[in-house]
Amino acid sequence: MIEKLIFYIFAIIMVFGATMVITVRNPVRAALFLVLTFFASAAIWMLLEAEFLAITLVLVYVGAVMVLFLFVVMMLDINTALLKEGFIRYLPVGIGVAILLVVMLVGVVGPENFSLDEMAAPERHGADYSNTRELGSVLYTVYVYPFEIAAVILLVAIIAAITLTLRKRPTTKYQNPDSQVSVKRDDRVRMVKMKSEEKK
Amino acid sequence: MTFTMPNIAPALPEIFILSMACLILVIDLFLTDRQRFVTYLLTQATLVVAFILIVTDFTQGRVLTFSDTFVRDPMADVLKACIFIAGLVTFTYSRDYLQTRQIFKGEFFVLGLFAILGMMILTSAHNFLTIYLGLELLSLSLYAMVAMQRDSVTASEAAMKYFILGAIASGMLLYGISMIYGVTGTLDLAEVARQVPETEKQLLLTFGLVFLIVGVAFKLGAVPFHMWVPDVYHGAATPTTLFIGSAPKIAAFAMLMRLLVDGLGGLHAQWQDILIILAVLSMGVGNIVAIAQSNIKRMLAYSTISHVGFLMLGVLTGTAEGYAAAMFYTLAYVLMTLGGFGMVILLSREGFEADKLDDFKGLNERSPWFAFMMLIVMFSMAGVPPFIGFWAKLSVLKEVIAADMVWLAVVAVIFSIIGAFYYLRVIRLMYFDKPVDTARLEVALDMRLLLSANGLGVLLLGLFPGGLLALCLAALSGS
Repeated sequence: MIEKLIFYIFAIIMVFGATMVITVRNPVRAALFLVLTFFASAAIWMLLEAEFLAITLVLVYVGAVMVLFLFVVMMLDINTALLKEGFIRYLPVGIGVAILLVVMLVGVVGPENFSLDEMAAPERHGADYSNTRELGSVLYTVYVYPFEIAAVILLVAIIAAITLTLRKRPTTKYQNPDSQVSVKRDDRVRMVKMKSEEKK
Repeated sequence: MTFTMPNIAPALPEIFILSMACLILVIDLFLTDRQRFVTYLLTQATLVVAFILIVTDFTQGRVLTFSDTFVRDPMADVLKACIFIAGLVTFTYSRDYLQTRQIFKGEFFVLGLFAILGMMILTSAHNFLTIYLGLELLSLSLYAMVAMQRDSVTASEAAMKYFILGAIASGMLLYGISMIYGVTGTLDLAEVARQVPETEKQLLLTFGLVFLIVGVAFKLGAVPFHMWVPDVYHGAATPTTLFIGSAPKIAAFAMLMRLLVDGLGGLHAQWQDILIILAVLSMGVGNIVAIAQSNIKRMLAYSTISHVGFLMLGVLTGTAEGYAAAMFYTLAYVLMTLGGFGMVILLSREGFEADKLDDFKGLNERSPWFAFMMLIVMFSMAGVPPFIGFWAKLSVLKEVIAADMVWLAVVAVIFSIIGAFYYLRVIRLMYFDKPVDTARLEVALDMRLLLSANGLGVLLLGLFPGGLLALCLAALSGS
């Protein structure tokens, strides 16, 4: 019972947050609502005993990705008026499509197909059960092939990001670490022998 | 939990390509711009060796490994070998173009290799997870390749459109997969196929199937999910367009086969109807809108859309012969596309992209041989005998009629005739108009030879189509 209550609370927060993300005017607020949505979904994962995923979601998405996102949003001067252009014009079509989709979605993804009687809740484990351990035991064995592909995708992402942003500018002053490290005292300090000044 | 080491031998070509891509990436760091051709040669050598690895160890039957996430069967082997050839030809055509425009970068080839790896993973996928990851690897590399031309506004715009629409398509695909996972509780394609006829939740499966097909149709560029195709083909640099238009189509065909036939074969009645709509729309819109294009890259993009419609005709018959016809069609299409975009690269030179139809005017007076090559390719795309495109269309139509859908075959023929108009227009421009651009064609020798081989290949395979057709049939009936 209490579980159901918790689920509904977080589900409502999540839907609310997600709706706000696409409706608020200010992009910074939208990003913050996205954080709220992630938090709520992390809580729902927690209910499913997927602690590892829940914590990763908070750490990676809320902690790293969204902070980066906020930075970008703050740096860019986004003209929201321009983005809203054509909103009214496409509104009737949009609403029509949305209503049609929602009616069909509800017809299929309704309680008759996804109620607890149809799709049983996962069985509960004891306190000694570790979701992280279970994930770890299959990630590098059963799922080693998808895991490696995911690694390659990350590598491609790095290559792509560097290719698209690295630009050699002839005017930029570079440091050459090689010559910096191999510098000797004689290159920098010149001993000059001078006669001591004579007192007059 | 006990775990036995998976048999990695079937995945040897994938492992080889991955290792070489990483190696080339590192080697490329130490090369100056003048030594960049070493990267190019290494990439080509990698593809040749991978091709040999596949051909010398041709699989009979079906080998599953990596906890059944990877499958190697004759279809995968044939398609992978063709992907390597298409990659090899693409890179050869690109070399001169990239060098003269100072965009001859190692990343182009490394990303190309990673994209080819993604295609191989897609071709050999036996799990929804590997299908999705392979698709992402392929798409991500392609987005970056399109965007690589940073100073070009059209290329950046094309890359953004491609990226955003591609992301939406991936989302659709994932949503569909999650629905099917919800019903069957497994991601393994064979297990899904086993459960599909048994489950009572047919409505949910169909629901997932719709989203799945939307995702695949986006990637294939079938109407009404085709909006990105002309813009990306037009905006990207011609070698990138050539790359996107050729080998990935083979992978997309494999993906369609894995998802719909291997996984959801039990829902054939449902996906047949959806594919009929997509195929008719694609052939209609593709062929009719192509007439209005004055840019040859856009024209070829719309022609791609119409060819995708034809390809789907073969798949929707639901018979092994139909799949073989679709596979034959895909391979024939890739061969013709390589020739078509190869000609666009051939005519272009520094500071001049020969991407207008008018640039082909009077090609016969400038270079009779290459005008003849283009003639072969265009006739073949239009489906004129004795070129390969004719046999490809014929074998698909034969299977459609064998599946008792005569009306569909009639529609396909009508749209093909409409399509013949714009292919023949190119030929008219080449042979009966005065040249606008009279600069001498200066083409590198490797490009000259390979493009000639490509054109003659279209002709020779058209004269003797039996071998390739038999190969496709053997590849599909074996699995």
